[in-house]
Amino acid sequence: MDELLTTNIQDVVEKYGKDRECLIPVLKKIQKLNKYNYIPQEVSQYLAKYMQLKESEVYEVISFYAEFSETPRGENIIKVCDSTVCRVNNNTEIVKLLESLLSIKMGDTTRDKKFSLEYSPCFGACDISPAMRINGKTYGNLDKKSLKEIIESHRR
Amino acid sequence: MKKTISFITENFNESSPDLGSGFQGFQRAIKMEKEEVIQEIVLSGLKGRGGAKYPTGKKLMQSAEHRDKEKYIICNADEGEPGTFKDRELLLHDPYGVFEGMLIAAFAINASQGILYLREEYKYMIDDLKEALNHMRSLNLLGDRILKTELSFDISIFLGAGAYICGEETSLIESIEGKPGRPRIKPPYTLEKGLFLKPTLVNNVATFSTISAVIRKGYKEFIKYGTQESPGTKMISLCGNVNKPGAYEVPFGMTIREIIYDIGEGIRNGNSFKFAQIGGVSGPLILPKHIDTPFSYEDLDRIGVPMGSGAIIVVDSDNDILDYLDAVQAFFKHESCGKCTPCREGNRQLLNILSRLREGKYSQEDTINIEKIAKTMKYASFCGLGQSAPAALLSAIEHCPQEIFKRRD
Ligand SMILES: Cc1cc2nc3c(=O)[nH]c(=O)nc-3n(C[C@H](O)[C@H](O)[C@H](O)COP(=O)(O)O)c2cc1C
Ligand code: SF4
Ligand code: FES
Repeated sequence: MDELLTTNIQDVVEKYGKDRECLIPVLKKIQKLNKYNYIPQEVSQYLAKYMQLKESEVYEVISFYAEFSETPRGENIIKVCDSTVCRVNNNTEIVKLLESLLSIKMGDTTRDKKFSLEYSPCFGACDISPAMRINGKTYGNLDKKSLKEIIESHRR
Repeated sequence: MKKTISFITENFNESSPDLGSGFQGFQRAIKMEKEEVIQEIVLSGLKGRGGAKYPTGKKLMQSAEHRDKEKYIICNADEGEPGTFKDRELLLHDPYGVFEGMLIAAFAINASQGILYLREEYKYMIDDLKEALNHMRSLNLLGDRILKTELSFDISIFLGAGAYICGEETSLIESIEGKPGRPRIKPPYTLEKGLFLKPTLVNNVATFSTISAVIRKGYKEFIKYGTQESPGTKMISLCGNVNKPGAYEVPFGMTIREIIYDIGEGIRNGNSFKFAQIGGVSGPLILPKHIDTPFSYEDLDRIGVPMGSGAIIVVDSDNDILDYLDAVQAFFKHESCGKCTPCREGNRQLLNILSRLREGKYSQEDTINIEKIAKTMKYASFCGLGQSAPAALLSAIEHCPQEIFKRRD
């Protein structure tokens, strides 16, 4: 692993601490360091050693929580809500539009690695349904026009 | 006629209150005996707003019995139940009311440390919430010997990482401890051995907001609203196919029809009401014949519906019930923690059968298995997630089998 990365990991751990209860905040920061929003295996192995935790303890946390990924994703992660309220507010139309705007299918990443398109469970924006999140920011009351604008603004 | 109430929501959008006009609940509490504070909550009839409806006063009383030096109060802001966003509104528009409720509880039970467990999806609020906590520190409402009392207490924020099951209090605690959020076996109960095996009181955001409003104005003001068995008001989150979705404070006892048509201004496009789901996606469906049921614990009990989180999801006649059930089961399949077989496997199997039902191509076996699996989940799952996951499906099979079993071959 490159040196810069190991120093960065060490810095994060020094900031939050080595106790097990620091693991989730540490992993969040470390995933953020990666351009493609994931935690490579060599990173979690190194982290386990550095925090003096079992590899399995680190790995089970990464695989349990939706926020963490073990595989590379796009720079921008689009999460379209697929829970009941958005379902009755025609989120299937929104997904179709997104798929055609990005020329990918739900679950995939664009070839230029700019966007990943994922389903998400409800994130509490049901009053402005249908809704999606891009990199954590919520967009609601989606329609054809707003969707196009939002995607364009992330292309730049 | 105005149908919503501003009792809990009275201070919405007030910024940086000071000790002159703000924090009246806590300032009143510290002039009382701890037992009196708890008694006031008992008399308010407040039940936990997180869904399990445990009497809050009783919980405080039990919590006060543990005299350990280290004692935690956790505010549960994991709010993951689809259709639910009342906690979001409370934290956005009156974070002080929530924190003040935690502070009053800390005073009443002698707690040493508070934690707000905020779902990852609400991360956008974290700066404002931290600023509110700093403001309270500057007024000595957090820290050592708060307002010259014996109480030393502070509140920190723990950000989740995306898992509905972490709303279950023992999973939430596992999550703070840095582990996957799988529920613990009970006993020991959280009140006795919770976070780091220390006594821990976990309450919902809306429960804490209500505590501060009740202590601020006195329980007698609170119980002027509501019904005999469900006194007071409650935050609901109304959504789905209504014209005016939103979080509203309503008195118990208002009918579901009034909530949908008067507060929600009716169903979009003038469509007709098909069904609703109350308390998120964990409860049975409410059909047109139930629409005049009053929204209260006792009346909902009578039709076998738990109040749950206070969500009301309204669905109109343009929707297919099987599509809806697919979204419900997909949610639970995604969120099952995998610890026990009935829930881990059951949700998967139900989705498979639902997909055949949606195509109208299913076997005789499917019609029998679907109920068998659903009931196994209901009775044999380890925690509330698996137990309530098939509730919507079972109610649909009971009330409208003709919409579930439709052949298309
Ligand atoms: C699967 C599951 C999910 C839950 N999610 C939440 C939640 O998001 N918020 C919440 O306050 N309580 C939730 N609960 C209930 C909590 O376990 C606990 O009863 C509650 O936080 C206690 O607070 P209260 O007494 O103020 O309601 C959930 C329970 C289960 C079984
Ligand atoms: S019922 Fe589901 S969520 Fe609960 S312990 Fe079992 S698998 Fe986990
Ligand atoms: S159901 Fe889509 S945001 Fe809640």
